[in-house]
Amino acid sequence: MGMEFLPDRPIYQQLIEHIIGEMIRGAIAPGEKLPSVREYALKVGVNANTMQRVYKELEQMEVTETRRGQGSFAVKNEQKLQEVREDLKEQLVASFMKKAATYGFTAEEMAHHLKVRGQEDD
Amino acid sequence: MIELHEASVKYGRRLAISNITMTVERGKFIGLIGSNGSGKTTLLKVMAGLLTPDSGRAELSGESMTRGAVKRVAYMADTEDFFTYLNTKQLFDYYESQFPDFDRVKAISVADFLRVPMDEKLKNLSKGSKGRAKIAATFGREADFYLLDEPFSGLDPMVRREIAQGLIQYADPERQTVVMSTHEIQEAEPLFDQLFVLCNGELIAENTVDGIRDEYNMDTTSWLVSLFNKRA
Repeated sequence: MGMEFLPDRPIYQQLIEHIIGEMIRGAIAPGEKLPSVREYALKVGVNANTMQRVYKELEQMEVTETRRGQGSFAVKNEQKLQEVREDLKEQLVASFMKKAATYGFTAEEMAHHLKVRGQEDD
Repeated sequence: MIELHEASVKYGRRLAISNITMTVERGKFIGLIGSNGSGKTTLLKVMAGLLTPDSGRAELSGESMTRGAVKRVAYMADTEDFFTYLNTKQLFDYYESQFPDFDRVKAISVADFLRVPMDEKLKNLSKGSKGRAKIAATFGREADFYLLDEPFSGLDPMVRREIAQGLIQYADPERQTVVMSTHEIQEAEPLFDQLFVLCNGELIAENTVDGIRDEYNMDTTSWLVSLFNKRA
């Protein structure tokens, strides 16, 4: 109805990843004010409870901060964002390698293929 | 909180709902799922205090549910014949005369948000506009519970989307609960916190949307399919 969600994971998790992605890519600048819970809920088509949970978890991850009466802001401290970025990279690679190992692909083989694919996409 | 304890309703000999025990908390967005004839409308009417269970109990905030519940519960029926000879303004007048919690400013704001024609008689409105007018009147009330019977039924995707946005905008999840029945499960899933599933008048499952996704790694639609396959 708004955003499309993948079927295999909680909606709030996908929204957390989406917003962190926007911060890492710079679509949300450091220190930028996020839309209100209600505005964001309307934009993506989820209820305000779900959005409230997303904002709360982002705050707990220390990538946003809530200022009283003003709303939520992306943190200015880019180091925290870099940490989250590195964590995400590690998680992605770990799950990718686990799957690759299931099919008997070696890390080297996959790294080579990734490189080739990366060049094709450029 | 609305609570049902082993509530059953009979129409003649047929059990419309059977032995249902459930709790509807404040501040939730709840989907009521089930095929036609599964008892959704009957259940909503019991929760609204419009039907008294033949056995078992229905309670609102710990007290026996009576027709007086209507003061705190806004029920929206799934009907096409909705005050057909009134226009939206007159519909609001009527709601104002009936419900002390009706807030005309809010109703007009919802009507504006949903672009409801104000001066046309409801019978002359398109299905989509009629559906939106019903939502505006219902959410014009500052009720604790909004019970909506098939608010999406017979409406095109654009209108469904607008109505969904109206629900997100005008229900305050800090203190208000929305319970709605729908067949548009895939589309409505992101709106819901929690689901109750009915089959042949029985409550066969309840879960949260993110709980289903977390536990089974599937969306609500796939979960429902597996649920019904298991029973078949």
